[in-house]
Amino acid sequence: MASLDTPRIVSSRWSLPDSHTLSRYLDSGGYVALRKALTMFPEAVAAEVDAASLLGRGGAGFPAGRKWSMLRRSAISYLVVNGDESEPATFKDHYLVEHDPHQLVEGVIIAAYALQVSQAFIFLRGEFALGLERVQQAVNDAYEYGALGSTIFGSSFSLDIVVHPGAGAYICGEETALIEALEGKRGFPRIKPPFFPAAVGLYGEPTVVNNVETMSNLPWIVNNGGAAFAALGEGRSTGTRLFALAGRVRNPGVYEIEMVKNTFRDLIYDPRLGGGIIDDRAIKAIIPGGVSAPWFTPDLLDVPLGQDEVAAKGSMLGSGSIVVLDDTSCVVRATWRIVKFFSRESCGQCTPCREGSGWLERIMYRLEHGGGRAEDLDLLLDLSDNIAPGLTWPPQQTTICVLGPSIPSSIHSAITLFRDDFVAHVEHGSCPHV
Amino acid sequence: MSHLRTELRQRAEELVGLYPQRRSAMLPLLHLVQEQDGYLTPEGITEVAELTGTTEADVRGTASFYDMFHLEPVGRYVVGVCTNIACLLRGGEEMLAHASATLGCAVGGTSPDGLFTLEETECLADCDRAPVVQVNHRYVRTTTPELFDALVEDLRAGRRDHEIPPHGTLIRVRRAGGLHADHEEIVAQRASSRAARDERAKESQ
Repeated sequence: MASLDTPRIVSSRWSLPDSHTLSRYLDSGGYVALRKALTMFPEAVAAEVDAASLLGRGGAGFPAGRKWSMLRRSAISYLVVNGDESEPATFKDHYLVEHDPHQLVEGVIIAAYALQVSQAFIFLRGEFALGLERVQQAVNDAYEYGALGSTIFGSSFSLDIVVHPGAGAYICGEETALIEALEGKRGFPRIKPPFFPAAVGLYGEPTVVNNVETMSNLPWIVNNGGAAFAALGEGRSTGTRLFALAGRVRNPGVYEIEMVKNTFRDLIYDPRLGGGIIDDRAIKAIIPGGVSAPWFTPDLLDVPLGQDEVAAKGSMLGSGSIVVLDDTSCVVRATWRIVKFFSRESCGQCTPCREGSGWLERIMYRLEHGGGRAEDLDLLLDLSDNIAPGLTWPPQQTTICVLGPSIPSSIHSAITLFRDDFVAHVEHGSCPHV
Repeated sequence: MSHLRTELRQRAEELVGLYPQRRSAMLPLLHLVQEQDGYLTPEGITEVAELTGTTEADVRGTASFYDMFHLEPVGRYVVGVCTNIACLLRGGEEMLAHASATLGCAVGGTSPDGLFTLEETECLADCDRAPVVQVNHRYVRTTTPELFDALVEDLRAGRRDHEIPPHGTLIRVRRAGGLHADHEEIVAQRASSRAARDERAKESQ
């Protein structure tokens, strides 16, 4: 059974009526943390986040406190919130912006105070029409309430937040691409180094980019202290985390559970969480952490949901999304669709990604839809090896950003784990499931 | 003479004022053009170039990168059906085929009456309601063919107008004014805050 007796840190209001409104937020402890933070020195607020050991919730899992301390050496800077949530089967930020926009706004103001930045931007993917409206309303309400704008709550701290809509491009979740989009350009990831926008970011100035969920944790951390947060979870994976569970489970959804103390099995099978597989079928594969991640088979169901724990088994916790394939799912079709996604979303700057994704997609298409050849399996792996040499995990970098080298991981996983399925497609001439 | 109508032109100028560099308003401004015209008209692109201090070619080149911007006319309702992994596993492709049959247009095309444009989308981040359908970027949660057909009937009859505005209108909540904190004030605040912090750091050593 899953361990569910820990506090809900970021999802505590989701079941409340009108949870997105200022009045509900104030009823349930809203903006208390900001008032407290404003009585503390900015570096003391940052120290609490450091003490919490909060790992970024976007996908890379970089410690938020360290991201911030890299910045504190430099003078002027911006805070940018990454709400571009586009990693397939990741939908936790969607819930956060729609159901608790004030928690996000309060988190952003707290972070801006700790960092002493001049202006903050909340970048939300354009497809979040309702989320954009709710966050804009929350920002408007925060201004009127005195939590935002000039001399916040009578302190000597002033801040503006601008809500910025994206326009449909997966790559804008990559933080340097997001900055380009925020500068009004195509979402082209920037060449590294510098590796972090903390060195050169928005308008060439030091910038911190943090994920929506990361920001949403801050009010609780300020209220309860970083140590209380760090007491949850285990090892490097502290606190709770939102897991987005999708695919062939009875109860897909977003679940906030303590890090490491629960396993994939708990999340998928506990009746209060995933509730098991539809029609009690058997699990064929699990895709943890987004479609860039290598797949797991059911023998790894007891791996704990922690960053290092999942990494130790050769994959990643990534964005906290978990997709379950059962024995009725076609792994070749699933792989083809994942590669098609990368092919559509490649920004086109780097040859291995732009050309490679299209080639892989066309080979996967013929395997699934007709015309696949026996030699296609080796061809897929050879091509994949050109995009990510050695097919290691984490992959070797051949492109400006990590999108390119992530493309082969699903193909490599699927062929390694389910070669017979690919062979069956070749022998049958197309998908035997159709 | 502005192509954007007075109210939208005023909002456009406010948007430009929110950013340290006016080009940053590019994406929000392009959304505004779509709000007025339904797609990115040549006149709208010209106006965005003027507002952002760029060229029409630059605006067009930027806009064409993003899926939500349309350089050709689209229907009043842009219907997006997701077929990415979570939806694939729960009937996304079947839903897309059904939508195509119901609307009477190919994927990427517009229905004969000009009301609907159908798109196959990548993940829309609502995967617990798969297969996911959006109309004008609003989740409609029609997970079965029957629900989808009922939605189309409702849209045709104008029964969902209050929640689903015509294509292009993205954010109906208008920002309350421009920047609230004075730039000079912020510069002074940050300078004194840094000085105080350095003082504390010196004391603690």
